[in-house]
Amino acid sequence: MISPELGPILELRGIRKHYGRHAAVDDVSLKLRHGEFLTFLGPSGSGKTTTLMMVAGLQQPDSGQIILAGKPVDRLPPYKRDIGMVFQHYALFPHMTVRRNVAFPLEMRGTPRAEAERMVTAALAMVGLPDHGDRLPRQLSGGQQQRVALARAMVYRPALLLMDEPLGALDKALREGLQLEIKRLHREQRMSVLYVTHDQSEALTMSDRIAVFDGGRIQQIGTPSDLYERPATRFVAGFVGETNFVPAELLGREGEARRALVAGVPMPVSARFLAAPGTPAVLAIRPERLRLSAPADDDGGGVPAELVDLIYLGNARRFVLRLPGGQEWSAVMQAEAAEAVMLRPGDAVRLSWNEVHATAFPA
Amino acid sequence: MSTRRESWPWLLLLPAALVMLVAFALPVGMLLARAFTQPEPGLQNFLLLWERPVYLQILGNTVMIAAVATPVTLLLAYPVAHAMAHGNPRTRRLLTFLVLVPFWTSLLVRSFATVILLQRRGPLNTLLMNIGLIDAPLPLIYNLTGVLLGAVQTLLPFVIFPLYNSMRRIDPTLMPAALTMGASPARAFLRVYLPLSLPGLMTGATLVFISMLGYFVIPALLGGPRETMVGQLIQDQIGQLGSWGVAGALSFVLLAITAALLGLLHRLVGLKAVAR
Repeated sequence: MISPELGPILELRGIRKHYGRHAAVDDVSLKLRHGEFLTFLGPSGSGKTTTLMMVAGLQQPDSGQIILAGKPVDRLPPYKRDIGMVFQHYALFPHMTVRRNVAFPLEMRGTPRAEAERMVTAALAMVGLPDHGDRLPRQLSGGQQQRVALARAMVYRPALLLMDEPLGALDKALREGLQLEIKRLHREQRMSVLYVTHDQSEALTMSDRIAVFDGGRIQQIGTPSDLYERPATRFVAGFVGETNFVPAELLGREGEARRALVAGVPMPVSARFLAAPGTPAVLAIRPERLRLSAPADDDGGGVPAELVDLIYLGNARRFVLRLPGGQEWSAVMQAEAAEAVMLRPGDAVRLSWNEVHATAFPA
Repeated sequence: MSTRRESWPWLLLLPAALVMLVAFALPVGMLLARAFTQPEPGLQNFLLLWERPVYLQILGNTVMIAAVATPVTLLLAYPVAHAMAHGNPRTRRLLTFLVLVPFWTSLLVRSFATVILLQRRGPLNTLLMNIGLIDAPLPLIYNLTGVLLGAVQTLLPFVIFPLYNSMRRIDPTLMPAALTMGASPARAFLRVYLPLSLPGLMTGATLVFISMLGYFVIPALLGGPRETMVGQLIQDQIGQLGSWGVAGALSFVLLAITAALLGLLHRLVGLKAVAR
C-alpha cells in the first residue's frame, strides 16, 4: 500500500562509493515511498548490494546523503537506524532457539518481556511457523529458516525492511512460494521494502518499482511494465526479459513517422527514438511481439527469415529464426496461435511488428 | 566373517596404543605407585607434603601462576584468532606463519633468549631508559612477570589454533545482522560472537592451564625462588635428592588437581563443548 501523502521513507542523494579507483556506486539518487516495494536489480558487481549495505549502515558512502524517515542517517551506526534486514544465508543465531532469535531485536530495544513474548508469537504465526519456536535453526529447512529471518526482521516493525537476495540460496519451487509469501507480508503489514536481486523475473513479480543497476549507476527506475515495455537503455532492454537485437539504419528525421532499414527492408520503429536518425542503431524487439507470416500471403512487407527450429515449451512455442545477415532471432507464441501458423523448420517466413514494440538504441 | 572385516581398522590403532602403554601409562603408573611404596609402603610421602609448608606453598604457587597465565593468554590470543578466522586469505597465511615460527626454535633457546632480552641491563630496559619512560631498570625477570612473559609466548599457539578453528565456523554475517537489529557492537559480541566461540575458548583454556601446571623450564630460567613450580620440585626430588617417593606423591597431587579442575570445567560448560 503506497502512501504518497506521507513523502518518501528513504531518500538517497548522490551516493558514491569507491574501492580504490573503482567506482562501486556512482552517483545514485532515488526516493522510496511509504509502503513501496522497490527492487534493486542488476548483475553481480553492479553496485546494488553495496548501495543496500550503505542504507543499512554496514558500509559508509564516500559522499552523498541518506535520509531515512525524514532524518539524515549518514553518520548513524546500523544499530541506531530504524531498519530490519534479511540476509541471503538467513544469519540466524545458531545457539538460540527460533523464539530467542525473533525476540533478539525486541530485547535490544528493551521491550517489556510480556509484550515481547506476545509479539514473537504473533510474528511466528505471521510467517506460518507458530509451532517451531523451541527448535534450533539447524533443525529447520532452508525455507523455514528464511521465514524465521523474516519474522525476526519484521517483529519490531522497522521503518524500512532491507532484503539482500533473500531467496538466492533456495531452490526454484521454494523460491516462487516465498516470493508470494513476501508479497503477502508486504501487503498485509504495509511495510516499506528495499529488495536486492539479480533475478529479473523475481523483480518483475514482486516489485512496485525496479531500479536497474549496472556499472554502479541506476540505468532506469520505474514500474515493471515501464522497464519491460519502455526500456531506457540497451542494457535494460537486454537484462529485463528477453530481447532480439539487430543492427539497423534509422531513416527520416525527428518528429516524422520513422522507419529503419533492417536487413535492407524498411521497417517501422517506435517514435520513442533513443538514437539519432542517420546514425547506426540497434533495434530491440521482444520475442512475443514478433509476427510471423508465410511469404505466400505476402502483403509486401516484413523482414525475410528462415525458420531454423521450433521449440516446444508446453504452453507456448519458441521459433528460432535466421535473418539474412546471419543473426538468430527468437519469437514466442502461445500454443493456439503457434499451431495456427503451421510453420515447420526450413520454411521461409516474413517477420513484422507493430512500430511501438521496436525501440532503437545507439549502436 | 563380517565381524572380522569390521574389526580390522581397530587393529591399526594397536601400535599407538602400545606406545602409549609402554612409554606413558606404565612409567607414570610406576612413578605414582612409588608415592605409596618408597622408601617403604605407607602414606609417609603424603604426610611429608602436608607437614612441610614449602610443598603446599609451591603447589599453591603452581596453580596460581597457571590461573594467571591462562586468562592473559586467552585475551592475547582472541584478537589474533579472530583476524585469522575472518581476515582475507593473505592475512590468514601471514598470521599462521607468524604463530608457528616460534616452534622452529627449541623452548630452551627461546627461554635463554628471553633472559637476555629481559635482564636488568638487557635491551628492553636500556631502550625504555633511553627514551625516558623509566629512570631505573624494571624488574622483568626472576619474578612473576618473567615467568608470565615466557609462558604466555610459548602457550599462545595452543590457544590461537583451537580458537581459530571454532571462530572460522561462525557465519561472518551474524554480527552485522545483530547490528541491524539494534545491538551495539559490544552487546552483539557478548550475546552472539562470544557464546559461539566458547568451545574454542574452553579447549584453549584447558590446554594452557594443564600445560602450565607441568611447566618447569620457564620458571627455572625466568622465575625467582617465589615462582618455583611443582615441575621443578619433582625434578629436584628425583635429579638431586633421588627421592622417588616424594616425587611420586607430588605427581599424584598434581594429577589430582588437574583431574579435579577438568571435572569442574566439565560441570560448568560440558566436556562436549571442549571436545567439539
